[in-house]
Amino acid sequence: MATAALPPPSLQTKLTGVWGRNLVIAIPMVFLLVVFLLPFLVVFKISLSEMDTVFFKDVFSLRDDVVVMTLKFGNYFSLTQDSLYINAYLSSIKIAAVTTLVCLGIAYPFAYFMARSPADVRPALLMLVMLPFWTSFLLRVYAWKMLLADSGVFNNAAIALGLISEPIKMMNTPFSLVLGMVYTYVPFMILPLYANLVKMDLRLLEAALDLGATPWQAFWRITVPLSKSGIIAGSMLVFIPCVGEFVIPELLGGPETLMIGHVLWDEFFSNNDWPMAASVAVVMVALIIFPLAFFNKYQAESTGARA
Amino acid sequence: MTFNAGRRTSHVWMAAVFVFLYLPIVSLIVFSFNASPMVTNWGGFSLRWYSALMEDREIIDGFKLSLRIAFSTGCSSVILGTLAALTLHRFKRFPGRTLFAGMVNSPLVMPEVIIGLSLLLMLVSVQRLLGFPERGFSTIWLGHTLLGMAYATVVVLSRLQEMSPSLEEAAQDLGARPLQVFFLVTLPMISQAIASAWLLTFTLSLDDVVISAFLNGPGSTTMPITIFSRARLGLSPSVNTVATLTVAVVSIGILAASVFMSRAEKKRALEMAAAYRKTD
Repeated sequence: MATAALPPPSLQTKLTGVWGRNLVIAIPMVFLLVVFLLPFLVVFKISLSEMDTVFFKDVFSLRDDVVVMTLKFGNYFSLTQDSLYINAYLSSIKIAAVTTLVCLGIAYPFAYFMARSPADVRPALLMLVMLPFWTSFLLRVYAWKMLLADSGVFNNAAIALGLISEPIKMMNTPFSLVLGMVYTYVPFMILPLYANLVKMDLRLLEAALDLGATPWQAFWRITVPLSKSGIIAGSMLVFIPCVGEFVIPELLGGPETLMIGHVLWDEFFSNNDWPMAASVAVVMVALIIFPLAFFNKYQAESTGARA
Repeated sequence: MTFNAGRRTSHVWMAAVFVFLYLPIVSLIVFSFNASPMVTNWGGFSLRWYSALMEDREIIDGFKLSLRIAFSTGCSSVILGTLAALTLHRFKRFPGRTLFAGMVNSPLVMPEVIIGLSLLLMLVSVQRLLGFPERGFSTIWLGHTLLGMAYATVVVLSRLQEMSPSLEEAAQDLGARPLQVFFLVTLPMISQAIASAWLLTFTLSLDDVVISAFLNGPGSTTMPITIFSRARLGLSPSVNTVATLTVAVVSIGILAASVFMSRAEKKRALEMAAAYRKTD
């Protein structure tokens, strides 16, 4: 929709004044630089430093009044040599990708049906999707442990009904892990898809049907391409955090599902090897940097376009 | 596919997803009233785990600390998030805008282990130089605020974008100064968004395990850290009771908030109607 009259560009400055404007920008900017960007640089620096007996050595040291920089690439070298790390990275990406696809498969039809349901029930449906967000994620993941355990609710019920005689092993398998991940992240897929699909111009579909397309063709050739940005946003919102997920694999995963978040945690808390943990983190950031850039571009477009 | 069959599919699909979303929550609640110490074997109705919870110092102390952190996080996130949303909404061109937008949005998806580790390593480096801060309340608060700010920005920004700029312009034309425009016009209009952003960041903070685990110090164990370590060991009746109480508090909170908001909405509609009558 085109707005009738755009405010003159000077209005923004007039509304706040130059000093006010600078202050409004500076406060969050400085906070983010110090709390978000600076820590990454510190991590990068520490990933190149050596571990002393109890503490990591500083990269820069003073020797005969000269500042000496000692870089140690050994951590990165062991990352490429030790199959533990490579396997953990690969399985994290695999599990995150499977989770994303399953979420998309569940959420797309759901968001589509939600967007096409009567306008007066949509807010209630949206509320029902959002509500689990407000209850503890940790406790909801724990609940699956209760449902899926060998003597858990599902197995007990199935045995009581005579469907099975032996409990089926579901906990601590790739199945329970992906289930827990999908469960946690599916609302993050539903919301952007719904926001996209509900805005769609239905006249385009009518036109396609009038021109002889079957509903199925119209769906694949009109609806799906038009919802591309929603699909991308939802997929990034699921995929990126899943790669580094820690709590869910810890509670629902098993020995076959070693993920990189766990490796980082162990290097830090069990081995106390901070430079190694930092290297694991740097490589993890490198893995997600492209999806992250994609996500930021989408966010910038969706927040910049409508103003 | 006929129309009716399509509608039936859609109803079945949606119902199935809702069952998937709510089944774990319902079962947590049901089994919190289980008399048996075997969490998933029903042994009759009982409140014994609730009375055990009242004695559980670890959970109670953790809860008090978590509540304080969550309250502070809600406030700081909302202030920073509102400023960031105003920046993104109003100022389309300033040096570093892309970087700014990237830094605001990235914590939404950034794995928490990375946020936690990097913040901790920075804080430790600062501590070696300056001797502070000690790890504990303030460092956890800082980490949660980074995450909360990102969510608060999204919520407030979407409200700002729905808002028509004409009211702010009118106030300005009538001679209001920039700060007056903000406090008398903009702020009341985005107050609902600010309230929901506060609630959202409050719950996020109350729930966080990973960032807190990296940034906590001796004697600052939050409730989620305690729950996580118990859940890791196996099923524990105390976790179920905590879950049920959380669900109860959240439901009451949301109910109260929506009643309050619909009342405020009605009041505003009445005032608007009265104002229009006067001008006629």
